[in-house]
Amino acid sequence: MAATAIGPRTAVAVRAGRMAGALSRKVGLGAGAIIAGRVALRLDGQALSRLAAGRRVVLVSGTNGKTTTSHMTAAALRTAAPVAHNDTGANMPDGALAALMEQPDAPLAVIEVDELHLGAVADAVHPAAVVLLNLSRDQLDRGTEVHAVARSLAAALRRHPDTLVVANADDPVVVGAVQPSHRVVWVAAGMSWLADAGGCPRCGRRLETGVGPWRCTNCGMTRPTPTWGLDEGAVRHPGGRTEVRLTLPGRFNLGNAAFAMAAADALGVPPDAAATAIAGLGSIAGRYGVHRRGPHELRLMLAKNPAGWAETLPLLADARAVLLVVNAREADGRDTSWLWDVPFEQLPDGAAVAVAGERAADVGLRLSYADVSHATEPDPLAALALLPPGQVQVVANYTAFLSIRRRLATEEAA
Amino acid sequence: MSESAIRIAALLPDVLGTYSDRGNVTVLSQRARWRGLQVEETVVLAGSTPPVDCDLYLLGGGEDAAQQYAAEWFRDHRQLGATLAERATTLAICAGLQVLGEWMQDSSGTRTAGAGILPLTTTAGTKRAVGEVVSECGMPGVGLLTGFENHMGRTTLAAGVAPLGRTLSGVGNGGADGGGDGVLTSTVVGTYMHGPVLARNPALADALLQTVTGEPLPPLDLPDQEAVRRIRLGDGAAARPRRGRLGAARRS
Repeated sequence: MAATAIGPRTAVAVRAGRMAGALSRKVGLGAGAIIAGRVALRLDGQALSRLAAGRRVVLVSGTNGKTTTSHMTAAALRTAAPVAHNDTGANMPDGALAALMEQPDAPLAVIEVDELHLGAVADAVHPAAVVLLNLSRDQLDRGTEVHAVARSLAAALRRHPDTLVVANADDPVVVGAVQPSHRVVWVAAGMSWLADAGGCPRCGRRLETGVGPWRCTNCGMTRPTPTWGLDEGAVRHPGGRTEVRLTLPGRFNLGNAAFAMAAADALGVPPDAAATAIAGLGSIAGRYGVHRRGPHELRLMLAKNPAGWAETLPLLADARAVLLVVNAREADGRDTSWLWDVPFEQLPDGAAVAVAGERAADVGLRLSYADVSHATEPDPLAALALLPPGQVQVVANYTAFLSIRRRLATEEAA
Repeated sequence: MSESAIRIAALLPDVLGTYSDRGNVTVLSQRARWRGLQVEETVVLAGSTPPVDCDLYLLGGGEDAAQQYAAEWFRDHRQLGATLAERATTLAICAGLQVLGEWMQDSSGTRTAGAGILPLTTTAGTKRAVGEVVSECGMPGVGLLTGFENHMGRTTLAAGVAPLGRTLSGVGNGGADGGGDGVLTSTVVGTYMHGPVLARNPALADALLQTVTGEPLPPLDLPDQEAVRRIRLGDGAAARPRRGRLGAARRS
C-alpha cells in the first residue's frame, strides 16, 4: 500500500510508530508491537481504519485460544495470499495497528482481539468475519463479569450486521451474544467449562448442560445446529470430513483448528488446504514449546483461567513430573480465588509435583486441600531442581509463562 | 460431638458461584476429615428443594441476575430460611450475604426483597470495591481476617447488629454505619471476602466447625498456610490473633 493511499498524516504516524517499535526491540524492551502501534495511534487516531481499508480482516476473540486460533487462521489464509497478523499476542487496538503497519501490502489480515476491545477494533476495520471462541471467567478483579462481557460483544456485533460470525454453538454465553439476524457459521467445538453458563443467556433460568446439546427448560432456548464439529482427530464440515494431524495436543486445539478452518473456508480457502497448513504449526508464541535444561526436558503450557486449566489438566494424565507456576500481577489478575475452581484433584497419582511463582503458597495450599503432595519453591527454576530428571510438564499463568520463557531464552543464548 | 456425620450443604453453587466460593466447602470438609470426623456434602442446585436438616450451609457470590433468582428461591423455600435463622450455621459471601438481608437495590433504583434472615439492607455504590481486605474478626480467638473483595454493594446493618469484623483495610460493607465487613449473628457469618475466605482464614473455618462439634478441634499444620497469610498480612500477623499483640505492646 503506497503512502499516498493512506494519506500523509497516517504515513507519518506509521513511520514514527515503526521507529519506536524498532527502538524498543533494539534496547531489549520487547517485541515492539505495542509501542509501535501506540505511537502511531497517538499521531493519527484514524490510523487503524485507514490501514485496514481495502483488506479482508478476520477478528478472533474469546476468553481462551485466541492466540492459537489466530495463528491457525493466518496459516490457513496464507495458502491464498499474504496475511497481516498480530502474532505476538498484542491484542489491544495498538497491537492490531502494529500488525497492519508491519504488512502494509497484505490483502488479508487476522487480528486477535481482547474481548473488551472487539467493539473498538471492529468499528475501525469492518471485519469480513469475527470468530467467537468461548467466554468464561477471567481476571474478575480487573475485567468484567462474563455476562457483562457478552453484552458488550453483542453490542459490537449489532453495529456490524454484514459481518460473518463464526461462533461456538457449545457455549451458551457465546450463543447469547450473537443476534438472530447475523449470518452465523456454528461450530460445535466443545466447552468443558460450563460453570459460567449456569444461567440461560435469554431468561436467566438454569440450563440443562448434561449429556447432549444444552437447553433451557424454561424458555426453550437451545444449542443452535452446528455445521462444523469435531470427530476423532478430524473436523466435520458441510463438505465432509477432513483429518487434521495436529502437532499441538488436546481436544481444545482440535476445536481451535475447526474455528480456523471455518473462518478460512468463509474467505475461500478449502478445508483440506487449511488443515495441511494448520498441521504444520508447532509451538505457538512459546506455547507447547520444548526446552532442554540440564537433566530436564520441559514442555511449556499456558493456562490463564479455570477454563484454560480445565483444558490443560487432561494433557498431564501421563505426566511423571509437573511444575505449576502462578503469579498474580496486573495482567494475571490480582485475585487468586480462581485456583479453587480448578480441579487439581485430577493431577495424576504418583507424579512428582512442584509449585512455584509469586503465588506458590496459594497453589500449594490449594493442592494440600486436594490431597496432592508437592514441593513449594517460589523460584521456578529452583523448583525445577526439586523434580526428578526427565520430562517435566510446566503449566504457568500469563506473566509466569512469559518470565520462564525469558529466563530459558537467556540461558539458551548464553 | 455426636456419632453422626457433619452435614454440609452448598446452596445454589450453579447460580452463586462466580468467585470460587465453593472452595469454602472443600476447606470445611477436609479440615473435618483430617480430624477424623465424618462429613456428608450436599450440593443444592437451582430448581431443587433444599434439605433443612444440614448442620452447615454455604452461600457464595454471583452476578445481579443470579442474585435476583436466589432471592426468589429463598422466598419460595421459607422453611430453609427458618433453619438458617434459628438452628444451623451459615456462611454467606458477598451476593449471598446481600440475598439473606431485607432488600437489595440496584443502580437503577430497583429494589428486590431478600430472604429477610439478616437485619441488613444493600444499595449499589458508585464505584466497584476491588482488592484485598483485612479485618479484625469479632469472633473470639479468630484474629485477623484476609480476603479479596469485588462488589458494588454497600451494606448497612440495622442498629445493634455486629459486623463480622472491623475493617482495617479495604472497603467491606461500605455502608452508612461505619467501618465493618460482613455480619455476625447467632447463626450466620456473612462477609464480602472471597479468596476463598476459609482457605485464607483457617481459624474462621474451625470456628464454624466448632459450632457443630461443640468442642475445640486439635490444631492442623498445613505447610503453605502461613505463607499465604504472611503475603497479605505481613510478618507477625500471620497466625496470631491481633489481641495478643496489642496486649504485649501495652505491657512494654
